[in-house]
This record gives sequence, structure tokens and C-alpha cells, in this order.
Amino acid sequence: MSAAELFTQASYLAASVLFILGLRSLTKPDSARRGMQQAAVGMLLAIVGTLTKEEVVDYKFIIAGLSVGTVIGYPLGMFVPMTAMPQRIAISHMFGALAATLVGIAEFYTLGDGAEVSRGTMAALGFEVMFGALTITGSFMAFGKLQEFLPGVPVTFRGQNAVSGVLFAGTVGLFAWLVYQPHTPWAFYLMCVLGLVIGVSLVLPIGGADMPVVISLLNSYAGLASSATGFAIGNEVLIIAGALDGASGFILSMVMSKAMNRSFSNILFGAFGKPPEKVAKAATGLTVKPISAEDAAIQLGYARSVIVVPGYGMAVAQAQHAVRELADLIEKNGGEVKYAIHPVAGRMPGHMNVLLAEANIPYEKLKEMEEINGEFQNTDVALVIGANDVVNPAARNDRSSPIYGMPILNVDQAKSIIVMKRSMNPGFAGIENELFYNDRTTMLFGDAKSSLERLVAEVKMNAAG
Amino acid sequence: MQTTSIIELYVFVLAGFVGFQIITRVPSLLHTPLMSATNAISAISLVGSLVAAGSDKNRVATWLGFVAVTAATINVVGGFLITDRMLKMFRPAGKARAGARPPPRKAEGGEA
Repeated sequence: MSAAELFTQASYLAASVLFILGLRSLTKPDSARRGMQQAAVGMLLAIVGTLTKEEVVDYKFIIAGLSVGTVIGYPLGMFVPMTAMPQRIAISHMFGALAATLVGIAEFYTLGDGAEVSRGTMAALGFEVMFGALTITGSFMAFGKLQEFLPGVPVTFRGQNAVSGVLFAGTVGLFAWLVYQPHTPWAFYLMCVLGLVIGVSLVLPIGGADMPVVISLLNSYAGLASSATGFAIGNEVLIIAGALDGASGFILSMVMSKAMNRSFSNILFGAFGKPPEKVAKAATGLTVKPISAEDAAIQLGYARSVIVVPGYGMAVAQAQHAVRELADLIEKNGGEVKYAIHPVAGRMPGHMNVLLAEANIPYEKLKEMEEINGEFQNTDVALVIGANDVVNPAARNDRSSPIYGMPILNVDQAKSIIVMKRSMNPGFAGIENELFYNDRTTMLFGDAKSSLERLVAEVKMNAAG
Repeated sequence: MQTTSIIELYVFVLAGFVGFQIITRVPSLLHTPLMSATNAISAISLVGSLVAAGSDKNRVATWLGFVAVTAATINVVGGFLITDRMLKMFRPAGKARAGARPPPRKAEGGEA
């Protein structure tokens, strides 16, 4: 082993260790930042270690790529608002998968269109471009839905499952053929194209509320594609980083699927896009009780304990700073405010935590579902801000409901409940929510942010008066 | 070739195992930063892209490598920056956070 090669390998080893330590630091919020900065140093080391490789002879394109990437990446890192985090993450899965796929294609082409590729390497290459390609388009579709230039509602057509099945079988067939006979360029490129089509057909039928699962799953696929790249070009640090990413996405998908009461096999095969059948559960004869901001403010002003339950509606209205302001006032009046975070509230894992942290709310007050569910019965006011399915008691007691069995926040057990909602339209899944018809529930209609601002003004006035 | 593949498989399985052990302990509080962090880390595929773009084997590989380097760099730069930006926001009670974007109105950090 030459000195240069030794240096490269040492940098890869150091990078692998720093990556693992960086992820370990994420188990505690206090150590997290420093750990990830060390991981970034690891990345830098690996890049330098690669640039000194003997095979790297021409730096023109490298410098061009690094420059263009930095110019695009910097604003994506620094200026994207926290409310746009789900689509930001979705598009980054696309970039990651794009890199892995293109490296795979370049490798295949360079090795005589497969002529010099062994079967083992072909298996890795095939896996890489297949997963890479479907992650590219899948992530782009997810991005489009979250950015709302594609319809957020599930897009379905007759025979969709049959078409997807044929596509999938075709791709796997091509993959098998390539492993048997690597020097089959047409099969390789056709497989890339089919992978791209599968990505579209996988995500198109999935609705916005299921996005946390989709993003986690694409996270996992992007990681596996990177790992496969490592196998194909014989690079251990790629295998390690990809495996970490794949494991992380896999775990998050499991957490999300558990929180939505979907089986994991259901998710692995992408069948989770099935649009929930609209249940027109009879809401007739039941009435909701609207409440004015004045009355709600009085209720909150006297509350000893308040639990805020944020949902996607809070993110849409960008209401996190107003939430914090209201909480400050309640605390000034001597009340206690906590936040109940459902694992699938919002559009990605941890979405609500990031928004509330942005509003400068200490993380000790952000409670996980299991931790806080027992506290609702002793709570004066549960304030639901733009959350719907995650507080729907139908998940507990209505067997016919599509969300039956999903773990929910026990908001209905609070002494009183104020639901902030834009209008009485049922939520995304089109499921009627009995919580709204509960005796102890009052509804404060309007945009979450302006409602909160009115509440803040009222609470202030009451305190002064 | 054969022995290397086996070793690579070992590496993959063990790394996946380590990842599984660590990541199950990450609290759901930090799941969004976790996702952006693993995304930034898996942009290590930049290493493969650099070799493709810089080893001057053929025009196709060079150009594909160039695009791959660009895409991976976006994730390296953007991914680590945004992870850091997010983690900076998570603070314990009673500790004012430095360099934070100010909330709409003046708020005192150390209230709770």
C-alpha cells in the first residue's frame, strides 16, 4: 500500500468513526450540535483523502462540481425556513439518490457497458441504480406534493395496482437477468428508466398526511443506494455511511408506521397509498360549540395547566411564534404550559419539535405522546392547534374508522378543550372527528396565527384590567 | 474479489447493527435533525462521485461524475448547515439561546 493510499484509507476510517460518534451525539440534545460538527470534519477528511487518490488525475470537473454544489447547497442550508423542512428534506433525498445512481451508471459504462463487470459487482450496481432511480423520482414527487405544485390528494386510477405490479416485476426481472448476464446494456438502461417510473407510481397515490412515512422510507432507500455504491466501487466508508442512513430511515419508518397503526409489510411494499375510504359518519344531530376569542382568553387566563397540541395546521399558518407568546402570558399568570407531540403530527418525523424549538421553547416542555397522555385528565385546558386525526377518539372506539387502532393523544380527557381550526371541513383523511362534538370542546374558528394573536391581545387586556 | 465482497458484507451488517443500536436511542424530539444528519452523512457518495469525475476515463463518466459531484456537494454543504441550524435551536429551559432569530416581539429568554 502506497503512502497516498494509506492516507486515503486512514481518512475514510476517521470519517466513519466521526459519523458514528456524530449520530450517537444526537441521542442528547445538549451534545448534538458539537457531535454533528465533528461529523462534518469527518466528511471534509474523507473528501481530502479522496482528492489525493492516484486515480484522480483531472481536477477541472471536480472543482466545477464542488463550486456549483456549494453555491446551491449554501442557501438550501442557511435560508430555507423551518416550516419548509419536510420538502427540503425530500429534495435532499433526491440529490443523494441522484449522485449514487449516476456513479453507478458511470461505473457500468466505464467497465465496457457491463463486459468487465463480475456478477457480484453487478448485483451491487443493479441494486444501486434500481433503488437510486426510484428514490430520485419518488423524492421529487414527495417534494412536489409538499411544496404543493403537485396535488396533495392521492392520485389514483383504475388498475393502478396491476400496473405497479407489472412495473415492479419487470424491474426485478431485468435485475435478475443482469446479475446472470452483466453485459446486457439495454437491460441495464431500461432498468434505470423503469426505476424512475416506479418512483413516480409509488408516491403519486400517497396523500399528504402519509408523508412522514414516505419521507422516512425514501431516506432509507437513499441510504441503501449509497451503501450499494460502496459495494460496487469497493469503498468501505460509503458502505458504512449508507448503512447508517438506511438503518435510520428504516427505524423512522417503523416508528411512523406504528404511530399510524399501519403494518410494516404494508409499508415496505408501498401499498400504504391506498386512499382512505371516505366514511360519511353521521354528524347530523350533533352540533359544535363555537367560542369567541374573548371567552377563550378568559378560560386560558385562569387555567392552571394547559397542554398545547400542535398539528400540521400550526405549520401551515406559521403560528409557532404566536404559540410561544401566548404560552409566555399564561405562564406569567401562573399557569403551566406543556406541549404534546404526536409522532406523526406534521409532515415529517419531529416536524413540530423543530418548529417549537425555533420559537425558542425549551425542549423539556415538548413531551412525547406516551409521556404526556396520562396528564390530560388533570389538565384545565387542552389547546388543539391545527391537529385533527392525531386527537380523534374514533381511533380508540370506532371500529369502522380508517384510523381505528392508531395511538392518539388523550385530548378528550382534558377538563376543557379548545380546538383552533380553519373551518368545519373534515381533515385531510376526510374523517369526521367526534372530539369536536364533545361536551367539553369549544371551537375557535379562523387562521391559527391570527386566532392566536387575538388570544394574546385578549389575555394581555384581561391581565391588565 | 470474492473475499473482498465477504468483508464488505461484514462491514455493511456491522455498520447497520451499530446504526440500529444508536438510532433507536435518538429521542423523537430530534427526529428531524436526525434525518437531515443522516442525509448529510450519506452524501459521502461524493467520494465515489469525485473518483468518477476526476479519473479521466471517458467523457460519459466524467460528465456523469460532474453532475454527481454537484448533487452530492449540495447535500454535504446544505445538509450539515441545516442540521447545525436546527440543533442550535434546541435549548434547555433557563438558557437563552445565542444567535437565534428573534421572535416577533421581545421575549426574555430565561423566564422558565
